[in-house]
Amino acid sequence: MAQHEDTYKPGSRLEQWLDERLPLARMMHGQFVDFPTPRNLNYLWTFGGILTFCLVIQIVTGIVLAMHYVPSDKLAFDSIEHIRRDVNYGWLIRSVHAVGASMFFVAVYVHMARGLYYGSYKAPREVLWILGVIIYLLMMATGFLGYTLPWGQMSFWGVTVITNLFSSLDSIIPGLGTKIVTWLWGGYSVSGVTLNRFFSLHYLLPFVIVGVVALHIWALHVVGQNNPTGIEIKTKSDSVPMAPYAVMKDMFALFAFMLVFGWFVFYAPDYLGHADNYIEANPLVTPPHIVPEWYYLPFYAILRAVPSKLGGVALMFGSILILLFLPWLDTSRVRSARYRPIFKWLLFLFFFSFLALGYLGSKPAEGVYVMWAQIFTTYYFLFFLVLMPIVGVLETPSPMPRSITESVLGEKSAGSAAVAKH
Amino acid sequence: MASEAENPNRRDFLTVAATSWAAVGAAATLWPLVQQMNPDASTQALASVEVDLAPVKEGQAITVMWRGKPIFIRNRTKAEIEAALKTPVGELKDGKARNSNLPETAAATDQNRVKKDHANWLVLVGICTHLGCIPKGQALADAKGDYGGWFCPCHGSHYDTSGRIRKGPAPENFPVPPFQFVTDSKIKIG
Repeated sequence: MAQHEDTYKPGSRLEQWLDERLPLARMMHGQFVDFPTPRNLNYLWTFGGILTFCLVIQIVTGIVLAMHYVPSDKLAFDSIEHIRRDVNYGWLIRSVHAVGASMFFVAVYVHMARGLYYGSYKAPREVLWILGVIIYLLMMATGFLGYTLPWGQMSFWGVTVITNLFSSLDSIIPGLGTKIVTWLWGGYSVSGVTLNRFFSLHYLLPFVIVGVVALHIWALHVVGQNNPTGIEIKTKSDSVPMAPYAVMKDMFALFAFMLVFGWFVFYAPDYLGHADNYIEANPLVTPPHIVPEWYYLPFYAILRAVPSKLGGVALMFGSILILLFLPWLDTSRVRSARYRPIFKWLLFLFFFSFLALGYLGSKPAEGVYVMWAQIFTTYYFLFFLVLMPIVGVLETPSPMPRSITESVLGEKSAGSAAVAKH
Repeated sequence: MASEAENPNRRDFLTVAATSWAAVGAAATLWPLVQQMNPDASTQALASVEVDLAPVKEGQAITVMWRGKPIFIRNRTKAEIEAALKTPVGELKDGKARNSNLPETAAATDQNRVKKDHANWLVLVGICTHLGCIPKGQALADAKGDYGGWFCPCHGSHYDTSGRIRKGPAPENFPVPPFQFVTDSKIKIG
């Protein structure tokens, strides 16, 4: 862990006794009270705390829902209605869990976009970033498994389409893909057997996420937080203790976030879902437009943009896995896009492409929609594989402040932070 | 350490042997945990179904279930058969017949997709070979795609009147399940 002043004083004799045997309170105090945070953090830095909150909400509501849910193809659909109509406060708990999944993804996309804009993936934060990508992948898997459980039409056909992605491996080794799909299903089609195992895994993965989040926070506390200037903390005046400064700011943002969360829960609990999921699963009727949950739409658009089955699957997974290599694809030594005049606009265009792909993923795979999906998919990969490495070398960064303090207080503070330009 | 010795000694041998044996043990432990997810014998038992074709008039189609999968049975019209026969195999996206009743190498001619002397009866596993949706085209009012067969609304795959993929992301023709004619108007699938 990063070295900083330790102000922990055991208050009572019990605390002192414990401190000599297991200094847990000392560690927590050091990491979450004394811990130096850059003084210039903006509100985009509050989403880590918001995400932790989301994870806790999902686990607590999920454990409670599992007490009433029945993972069987005959009873699952009815048990969800039972939760919504009969179980005491079931309507509230289920809505919080369902809306919570969407809120979790809203927060994670903001958090990732923040990392992209301010170069939070660059040395020495590569491992921190990679752990984040792993958490994101686990979140996607958990969300997908969870969406199966209500056993509506979208649940059923979503599972059918997504598990069938693995059958594309048949075109590399004949039979392998089909074997994997049969293994995942536990039969020759999606059935109650599949539902049962997905429920088991949906309960497991959040705890795996907790583990990786612990590593993510550990890695964060080793290297320290990035900040809008992308310049490291150099002197004491560059930072403030986490409590109360960052903690209060986090709390304020969290409450604002909860207002939005609450609005959806109480006024539009089904807005982010799909109406077809209130029709019980029917293996003989495919809904006219199968769409995944909104947070997968950009990747769904990439999948459908490619006219080859294996190619579509490869690009879809590739579009996420490419994030793991970001620290080495970006060749610029300047972290924050604030001081990168060309990269900044390419990145905004990337954000736009991502949103556009999300829109196209919700549209039928026909005509002009496919063409635009192909254009934006091309830019998605072009941005990471070509533009990022090249622009990093060619671009002339704009003038940067010499320190975090100078970026906050202006030139006159330069004396207090007399360290050479980054 | 012993492993730095010029020649491997007894200690090295014991370490390698013990580690290997532990790996074998781990794999043996893992096997049942992986295998439990595969379909069990009751699911695997190859159930067969008999279907009476008499009520299906020319131009009509029915769907029956076999092994949890929908089976499309279409009584094709003369025009549909002719259109399928006219299509050169070279023009097809998937040149293989995918007929369980024929060798794997059989070409995707229309003759190889049906039973001899029963060319009007097309029997298919009605699952899109792209990502497993159930294509449209069974009901008379359904969209049948650009080639008059089936159309998958999920990702836009078009199949012709022989159940062969013609356009869209699906890689293969609809497979023909193993089946035989028990009488002139009755088939047994499986």
